[in-house]
Formats: sequence, structure tokens, C-alpha cells
Amino acid sequence: MAIIERPSSDVAVTATAPATVTPTSSQGALKRPVSARGWREWLFTVDHKKIGIMYGVVAMFFFIVGGVEALLIRLQLAAPEGRFLSADQYNQMFTMHATTMVFLFAMPMAAAFANYFLPLQIGARDVAFPRLNALSLWLLVSGGIVLNLAWFLGGAADGGWFMYAPNSGPVFSPSNGVDFWTVGLQIAGIASLIGSINLIVTVLNMRAPGMTLMKMPVFTWMILVVQFLLVFSLPVITVALVLLMFQREYGATFFDVSAGADPLLWQHLFWIFGHPEVYVLILPAFGIISEVLPTFARKPLFGYPFVVFSGAAIGFVGFGVWAHHMFAAGLGPVSVAVFSIATMAIAIPTGVKIFNWLLTMWGGKIWYSTAMKFAIGLVMLFTVGGLSGVTHSVAPSTTQQTDTYYIVAHFHYVLFGGMVFGLFSGFYYWWPKVFGRMLNERLGSWNFWLMVIGMNMTFGPMHILGLQGQPRRMYQWTEARAGEGFFNLAFWNVVSSIGSFILAVSVLVFLVNVWKTWRAGKQAPLDPWDARTLEWLTTSPPKAHNFDRIPVVHHLDEFFHRKYEEDTATHTMRPVTDGASLVEEEIRNADANIHLPSSSYWPLVLAVGISTLGLGVLYGVPVMVIGAATVLLSSFGWVLEPSVAPETDFEDPSHGDGHTKEVVPLG
Amino acid sequence: MDTATAETQGEAHDEKHEHMSDAGYIRIALILAAITALEVSTYYIDFGPFFMPSLMIMMVAKFVMVVSYFMHLKFDNKVFSFLFYTGLALALFVYIVALATFKFFLQ
Amino acid sequence: MADTMHAAAHAADHGHHSATGLSNNKLAMWLFLGSECLLFGGLISTYMLYRGRVSDGPHPSQVYDIPFTSVSSFVLLMSSLTMVLAVTSAQRNDDSKTNLWLTVTALLGATFIGGQVYEFTTFYREGMGFTTSLFTSSFYTLTGFHGVHVSVGVILLLATVGIIKRNKVTGNKAESVELVGLYWHFVDIVWIVIFTLVYLIPA
Repeated sequence: MAIIERPSSDVAVTATAPATVTPTSSQGALKRPVSARGWREWLFTVDHKKIGIMYGVVAMFFFIVGGVEALLIRLQLAAPEGRFLSADQYNQMFTMHATTMVFLFAMPMAAAFANYFLPLQIGARDVAFPRLNALSLWLLVSGGIVLNLAWFLGGAADGGWFMYAPNSGPVFSPSNGVDFWTVGLQIAGIASLIGSINLIVTVLNMRAPGMTLMKMPVFTWMILVVQFLLVFSLPVITVALVLLMFQREYGATFFDVSAGADPLLWQHLFWIFGHPEVYVLILPAFGIISEVLPTFARKPLFGYPFVVFSGAAIGFVGFGVWAHHMFAAGLGPVSVAVFSIATMAIAIPTGVKIFNWLLTMWGGKIWYSTAMKFAIGLVMLFTVGGLSGVTHSVAPSTTQQTDTYYIVAHFHYVLFGGMVFGLFSGFYYWWPKVFGRMLNERLGSWNFWLMVIGMNMTFGPMHILGLQGQPRRMYQWTEARAGEGFFNLAFWNVVSSIGSFILAVSVLVFLVNVWKTWRAGKQAPLDPWDARTLEWLTTSPPKAHNFDRIPVVHHLDEFFHRKYEEDTATHTMRPVTDGASLVEEEIRNADANIHLPSSSYWPLVLAVGISTLGLGVLYGVPVMVIGAATVLLSSFGWVLEPSVAPETDFEDPSHGDGHTKEVVPLG
Repeated sequence: MDTATAETQGEAHDEKHEHMSDAGYIRIALILAAITALEVSTYYIDFGPFFMPSLMIMMVAKFVMVVSYFMHLKFDNKVFSFLFYTGLALALFVYIVALATFKFFLQ
Repeated sequence: MADTMHAAAHAADHGHHSATGLSNNKLAMWLFLGSECLLFGGLISTYMLYRGRVSDGPHPSQVYDIPFTSVSSFVLLMSSLTMVLAVTSAQRNDDSKTNLWLTVTALLGATFIGGQVYEFTTFYREGMGFTTSLFTSSFYTLTGFHGVHVSVGVILLLATVGIIKRNKVTGNKAESVELVGLYWHFVDIVWIVIFTLVYLIPA
């Protein structure tokens, strides 16, 4: 954003009159957007906090889109012989619901939290590659647009989010929905791959002095494991998508059985990515509650090394279990047995975490804030989902469960009860830090309870529906097949559909909470929860440069240990200072020269170029050429641009009054 | 921290001073060329049961030599090796297992 | 004031102040190469699975020209040597030698691509189209992806020459050349695997 010069005299650095910095000279053809205000400030930013917020907004938007898609599904299934959606529309709906939720909501929302908080938690001023960070964001936005363009251009993808071959080929999926899906996902995949490299290097290289790996907060650790999962699993789905793309666009026969192709090739490639992907989805939520639970139990996390190592173990073993998604595909008994055992094994490190969280709460003085409620909710609901997952690992029983609603129940318990609850816990926990205001706790309570009730009402019955024999991905069920008795398919489907609308209301309550807080929310104290980790050693919201002085770390839970000292007599921790005073002290000792990377056009331009190149696969060589040219040009522009705009691009507006070039923080 | 100290500290972490002279690299290149010639000779000479094992060994030898010497991984910080070889190991694992389920190694 | 700002910018670019003491860019490149192992592994596995499935068109043994491909492989291998010489020249701060070796590397790489183009057109004329059979689709996809990587590498090499000539390198020059080198060597080691598995081991 800017180069911040501090006058030598002791001046309280508060956000009074922002010095507007305007470029006075041009560098080459275009000036760097260093002075950007308003929407341009956001469009060209490389600040991890702004990028994090934009990820969050985009993700929330797609959460609602995906949610609406789900409600339409539940409306269709509420009654027998539903005629609300045609079979074709239904196929598009469940495909896009899942694709949207996984790739356009869950991953970007985790990216939002990771982008905003990881640098803060490790005491850094930004990520390792700020422009690449912006590129990831804009690629994600482009990918989301391409994926959803299909709705308006002949119908969305309709082969299921796992897009099994040969159903996904041109013969059985003739509309161009799958084409947009393939290209859109490739683009989003590149975004995540770049992001993963960025965050790994950030964690390795940009930790504050004294922060060894085993002093990092658990959220940071979980995000690190996720990035390793992404960096090594994304190329595999890239291959799958390329093969599918070449089949659909250029007539290759990779999944054409008549040419000798084996449909299982797709399944292997997809699930070698797809299984690590589900750990990509859940580990950030695990990381969030590993911060929330200790804070609101007023106890340190129980067994920190176990939580860290089990996270790494889950990541590692997660690469070895993918074929448990293929138990009914005809792999043969040897393969099935091997993967069955591996899948049972992976339940162990997950169980370790659950016990560590429970033991964190045991004996603590629990503060039932909304964030804490969601965290406890995760522990309970994820356990339910995990248990049904264990039943899936038993191959004989999964042969009955496969392709029924029992599976749908399992993954919604772990994804909604697990991941979504974790994210909501994070919202309520970190909202004061990001926006300087507290979300309303009463509305939060309504949000939580409606979500618990709605979620269990929607997905609980699906266990029963599955065991009663309702298959997945069937656009209709009939009276004749509903079964005997009162508690048959008809009953449970109605319950589930009602539950889904209660869920929708709970999300609405959250949005109302956000809106009300935005308009007139309570100003947040600097450290409202008496938290433990470094991101709280900042103003709310943090300044552009995060920390006035890079902290030197001596402890795990460094922030906590600066506020509390051990009383050797009673062996309890007693407070010696509070968060606000600590931040004031940092301000008084601020670094004299802080240098931040400047905004840039190139990430956005390059993202547009890459997307155009992708669309060129669908729309022909001229479009590809334009895309390729844009990519080439913007790559050169990027490489030739130093990370900080030269001094001549800034104008010092206030000569001599001592305050120069300080840029107003967010808010 | 003045820049001079920073640079020496950084270099101490980063890499030892160049072990290989240009002549050393040329020697490695000649060895690689010789192995390549041996590989190509399998096209002309019947290696019998040694065909597969020797080709695989030669392929791996060339691979490791380029990575260790030309890419300098042998002399650099172990973190780089960890990052690269983890990717390689994972690739070998998942793809060999996947091919195995296709009974690829039984033909 | 300007001096301290420049010093700060200089230090950050060097990456010497990192928690590990290692360079950001170098870590990123090795991570990227690690992930590329999974990309090429997938393409190679697809080829290995499908190489014998010749529903139409020629069988691999009918089209592969081992002597020709051996020469191309040798050319690419030697380009790795010239790449290393470029890196050592850059480390000695010898811009003209660096540019010389980078250019030679690019030329050798372009020669390899020329060889690939010739090979593909010959195969095509012999009835081996992209969609002819699973073998042909997999072959062209694998070697095509590799070829695109080599071509991008050639562009990278020439771009680096241009940027060094105009003295517009942002950051550490020797490191930039080293990172281009890492990418280039990776493209070479992928070919080492492809040459053996695809060409030398008969289907």
C-alpha cells in the first residue's frame, strides 16, 4: 500500500487525517495504482487482509447460491412424484449445489480466514507473495463466474460434482454445462495451487523471531497441512480435467469404452484428489475451533503436540484412502481390503483430536459465547458424521450404503456439522478483530440453535432414508416405493425438507446479524474474549502493516503469556496487563521504517488472461490467442515491476509537518 | 542488523559455496551421455532378463544425478529436498497403487 | 530517508531475513516442481495404462523411431549442461557469459521442440492422429504437455536474456537465473522418464 515514515518525535499514530498519496510521474505506460481509493483500492490491492475479506464476501455469496440450489432440491423431494424440477434440472441442481459448496464456498471461505489471520498469527506483515495472493483471488472469482455462466448458456453441468465418466462425455452429457465446469474448475484449481505455494512459503519463512513451528497456533498449523494437501492433490484433478476436456473438445477417447477405455481411470484420478480435498475442507474448521475452545474454556489447548501431529497424520494418510469412494466400482477384494483398513486407520488421528478438544473443555470455566457454542456443536456433530464414516470403511456395509442417502447424511454431518459450524464459530470469534464491532450475541444464539435444529432435521433423517433404500441423485421418489408404515420415505423426506428451510432461516438470522452490526454494531474492545494468540496484538481492525513492531515470540500462546504470569505460590496464572495496554505499548515502540508492497494491476489482468485462455478451449482459437497474448504481456509486466513502486510514484503531500505518507487502515 | 552480516548469515543457511567447477558439471554431463548411450543400446542389444531392471536403474540414476548435481539439491538445504521428494514420493505411491488396481503389474 | 527505504526494499528482496534463512522464491519453485511430479505422474500413468489399447491406427512399435528420439533426448540432456553453465556464470556476475549460455540452452531446447514437431508430423502422416486410439491420445497428451513445458521454458530463457541485457532484473539476478534453471532441469528429468517408459520399453 504505502511506505510509512514515522516522525522521530513521539506522536500517537491514530487514524486522523489520512495523507492522500497521488502519483506524480508515470512509470512506463501506466502508473501503479498506489493512490487508489474506493473500489480501485480493493481491485488492485495486494494486502492480505483486504484479499481475505473479498474471499469471504465471494464465499458468502456462493454459500447462498449453493443453499438456494439445495432448497430447490429439497422442494423437489418433499413430496412423491415431485414436479417442481424436471429430471434434467434436478441433475444440474445437485451437481451445481455440490460444486458451488465445495469449490466456491468452502475453499474460498477457508482461504478468507487463512489469508486474513495466518500472517497475523505468525507475526508477519503480509504473505510471502502478495501479488500472487491477489492473483489467486481473481482467478477464484473468474472460475466461479465461468462455472455459473453455464446456467445462462444452455444449462449447467449435470454429471454430479464428481463427474463420473463416461457419463460426463459428449455422448451422455451433450450440453456444454460440463465444458464450463471443466474450464471453471481448472481456473479455480490454479488459484488454489498458487495460494498453497504462497502460504507454505509464508509459514516457513515469515514467522516472527522466536516463533518456532511448535509455537505456532493450531489454526496456522492446520492451514499449513491443508496447503500441502492442495499442492500435491490439485495436479491430479488437473490431469483428470484435461483428459475430460480433450475428450469433449477434441474427440480424444480417454473415457470412451468402445475404444477400450476404462471408466475407473477417471474415478482414480478424481478421488486421488477428492479424498485429500475433504481434509482440505475440514482441517481449517478444526483449526478454528482449536483456537476458540481454549479461549472460551479459559484453559490452554490440551495436548498441543498431539493435535498438531494428528493433523499432519490426517493429511499424510489422507493420500492413501481414496479408493474407499470406489468400493462398489468393482476393484476386486484385494484393493478393497487394503483401502478399507487404511480408511479405518485414518479415524484414529481424528479421534485423537476429538479427545483433545473434550479434555480442553474438561475442568475449564466455560463461557458459552456464540463462537463457543458453534465450536462445541462441531465437536458433537462431526463425531456423528465421523461415526457414519467409520461404517463406510467397512466394505461389506458400505456396499449397501453406497449411492444411498446414508452417504449424503454422512458427508453433510461432517461438512455442515463440522466445517460450516467451524466457520461460523470463526465468524463470531474473529468478527471484532476484522471489523471492529461485535456481532450480536442474542441473534448469534438464535443463529446457532436454529442451525443445530435445522441441520439435524435436514440430515438426520437421511441416515434412515438411506437405510430404507432411497438412492442418491434420483429426481423423484414415488408413493409405490415409499415403503410401509408411517415412518417411511414420505415422512422422512418431508421432515428433511422442513429442516432445510429452518436451516435457511438460521442463515438469514446470521445475515441480519451482519447487517445490523454493520449499521450500528457495538464497538469492539481490542481483546473482547481475552484471547491467546498474536492476531489479537493489533488494533481492531489491524492497521495496514499489521504490527507496529514485529513481536518477538517466547511462548506458545504468546499473547496470553504477555497478559498473564504464573503465580508460583498458587500455580495459577494471574493477569499482569491487558490486551489494550499491550497494543498501546506496541504503538509507543513502533518501528521507524515499515515498507509494504504496492498495489498492482497485473494480478487482475493476468487472471482475466488465464480465464480467456480457458474459455478459448470452448470458443475457439481466436479467443485462446487473445488469452495467451494477455497472459504473456501481463507476465512480463509483472516480472518487470518491482514489488514496491519507486519513490517517484508517491508524492509527499505534506512537506514538513512531520506526518508523511501514513495510510489510513481499513474500516 | 547490517546487510553484510545478514548476507553471510543467510548464505550460511542457504548453501555451501559452489562445490562443483564447470569442469565438474561437464564430467557429470559426460556420465549422463554415457548412460544415455547405454540406454539406447538396449534397443539394439538383447539384454534378456536384465532389460527392464537395467533400464529402470539407468533412468533413476540419470534422474537423481540431474536433480542432485545440476539442480544442486545435494548441496542445498534439506528443506528443498523434503519439498521436492515428498511430491515425487506421493506421485510414485498414488500412481503405482492406482495402476496396481488395474492389474497393470501382473501382465 | 531514500537510503533507508532502498535498504529496506533491498533486504526484503534478498530473502535473507526469512525465518529459515532460505529464499522465498526458491522455496516456491521447489514446491511447484514437487507438485508437477503429480501432474506428469498422472499423464504418464494414463499413457502406461492405455499404451497397448490400439483400437485403430498404428501400434507404438510401428511408429517410434528410437534413433531419432535418442538424438533429441541427447540434445535436451546437453541443454541441462549449458543451463548449469549459465547459472555458474550468473553466480560469477558475468552477464555476457550468462546470456550466451542461456541462449545456447534456448537454442538446444528449440531444437528439441523442432524434433518433436518433426516426429509428430511424421506420426500423423503414418496414420497416428490425436483421436485415432487410446494409445495415440495418451501419447500426444503426455508428450504434448511436456513439449508445452519446454516451449514455455524457451520463452523463459529468452525473456531472461532480454531482461538481463536491459538491466531490468528486479531482485537477485543470480537467483533468477538459478530458478529458471530449476524449471529447465525439471523439464529435462521428466523427459528422462518419458524417454525410457514411452520409447525404450516396448508396449
